[in-house]
Amino acid sequence: MILRRTIPIWIATLGGFVMLISAFGKPIEGMGESFAEVFNVIAAIAFVLGAGSLLKANLTKISRRDAGWGFAIVTLSTFAVTLIAGIFKVGVNPSRDFPLATFSGKQTTPESPFGWLYEYAMVPLTSTMFALLAFYVASAAFRAFRAKNLEAGLLLGTAFIVLLGRTFAGVILTGWLPEWASGLRLENLSVYVMQVFNTAGNRAIIVGIALGVAATSLRILLGVDRSWMGTGGDR
Amino acid sequence: MNFWLRLDSMDRRWVFLMMGLAVAIPILWIGITGRTFPETATPAARDVFRAIDSLPEGSRVLFGFDYDPASSGELQPMATSLMRQCAAKKLRIVCIALWPLGGNLAQETLAEVVRSDFPTMREGVDFVNLGYQAGNEGVMKVVLTDFKKAFPVDSRGQPSNDIEILKDVKTVSDFPLIVNVGAGYPGNKEWIQYVISACQGKVKMVAGCTGVSAPQLYPYYPVQLAGLLGAIKGAAEYESLVNEAMGGVPAPKYLEAQRRMAPQLFGHLLMVSLILAGNGIYFAGKRRPQR
Repeated sequence: MILRRTIPIWIATLGGFVMLISAFGKPIEGMGESFAEVFNVIAAIAFVLGAGSLLKANLTKISRRDAGWGFAIVTLSTFAVTLIAGIFKVGVNPSRDFPLATFSGKQTTPESPFGWLYEYAMVPLTSTMFALLAFYVASAAFRAFRAKNLEAGLLLGTAFIVLLGRTFAGVILTGWLPEWASGLRLENLSVYVMQVFNTAGNRAIIVGIALGVAATSLRILLGVDRSWMGTGGDR
Repeated sequence: MNFWLRLDSMDRRWVFLMMGLAVAIPILWIGITGRTFPETATPAARDVFRAIDSLPEGSRVLFGFDYDPASSGELQPMATSLMRQCAAKKLRIVCIALWPLGGNLAQETLAEVVRSDFPTMREGVDFVNLGYQAGNEGVMKVVLTDFKKAFPVDSRGQPSNDIEILKDVKTVSDFPLIVNVGAGYPGNKEWIQYVISACQGKVKMVAGCTGVSAPQLYPYYPVQLAGLLGAIKGAAEYESLVNEAMGGVPAPKYLEAQRRMAPQLFGHLLMVSLILAGNGIYFAGKRRPQR
């Protein structure tokens, strides 16, 4: 109980309050910085935990022969190959400054297997995944973007202004408007929508989120909200 | 069969094909002709240009690469042009990354722009890549009080204390300008919330972002953000400003954003047509008598 609940709550409370007060008091500014450094160390450790979690989830999937277990094998194989190529600097030549030190070279150059994996596997694969969005967005727009009521109609109108105003289509369609009506040109309307309507709406959301974050943070710091510790196995 | 009914039952693979053609044909057309659409810069893009242009020669610029290859199609052209303007202005560039693959992208951008077109700039003196640092907002909190503690070595493994360009850098306030190209979390928004607001006017920031995150950043422009490049459109506007200022015929790598505006135009026109067709189907269905 003490290890699982009391100590984590005290660490969170102490760390949180120190970070909070350090923004206002010069004498304890250094303490806030120390806590921020601890946070950075924890963030680095999270990579190891992430790798462990990836292994656990995929090995479980393979052992149970769950749907798509073949993809789990691909995931684990590529993970292992990339990790080994990176950590052991496979195929990396020593640096020119230290030719006798085997591990002095850098593994990120495209000539090394690790660099090759980044350049010719990681980059095209992630770019392809992102580019696929265009096809699904087009299909979804055709099927689902309907002016069913006034609000949806307004959204649709705004979408048209921004879609056309952010391309040369805006200039072609409304470039002929005289100077006194230049505010109605699609490219200017698009900027107006982003800077006025969007800014007003987003600022309201940001203020709301900030108040929510302050309230939730205070609940965590005072130990009222304990959901961040998880619920598995400690009840 | 009624036209709208036939359209409604259209296989979605036709939509995929149309989108493929709408993007591929302009890419091929530009590849053959080399022609791009003219761009008129909006105030947000002009302000990015001015913020960099107004810095005195030799000023230090902190250049953040908070994106990865997935969004480099949208963000790399602006990073290239931003780097080009900084180098042409003889600013001293310090690259950092809070995204694991951002360090690689910084290295590639430095190689593409600085090493190839500004060969007199020396690594460690005029530019440096400090690479990736884990910790997200934690790193931002540390650079506020001790920059070198957050980035103790550069990407070559050289200690920060021995790097000429960082000699008198204590905190992030020693950089008059932060240029950050970001695709999400951690990125532009966090830099504004944790660093720009804490520096209370000592540091300016300009940002480049993806189309989906642009609406979230407009509320910070022009106070916390001195300028903003939203998506490939913002990049194309800024790119045309830099090309105009540099003069001469720009190399193809400095026209990447403007070249991408034609596929964007036809992609957007197709989207508008599809939405109109979808609504045509919807209203035709409403008018049809229910059985």
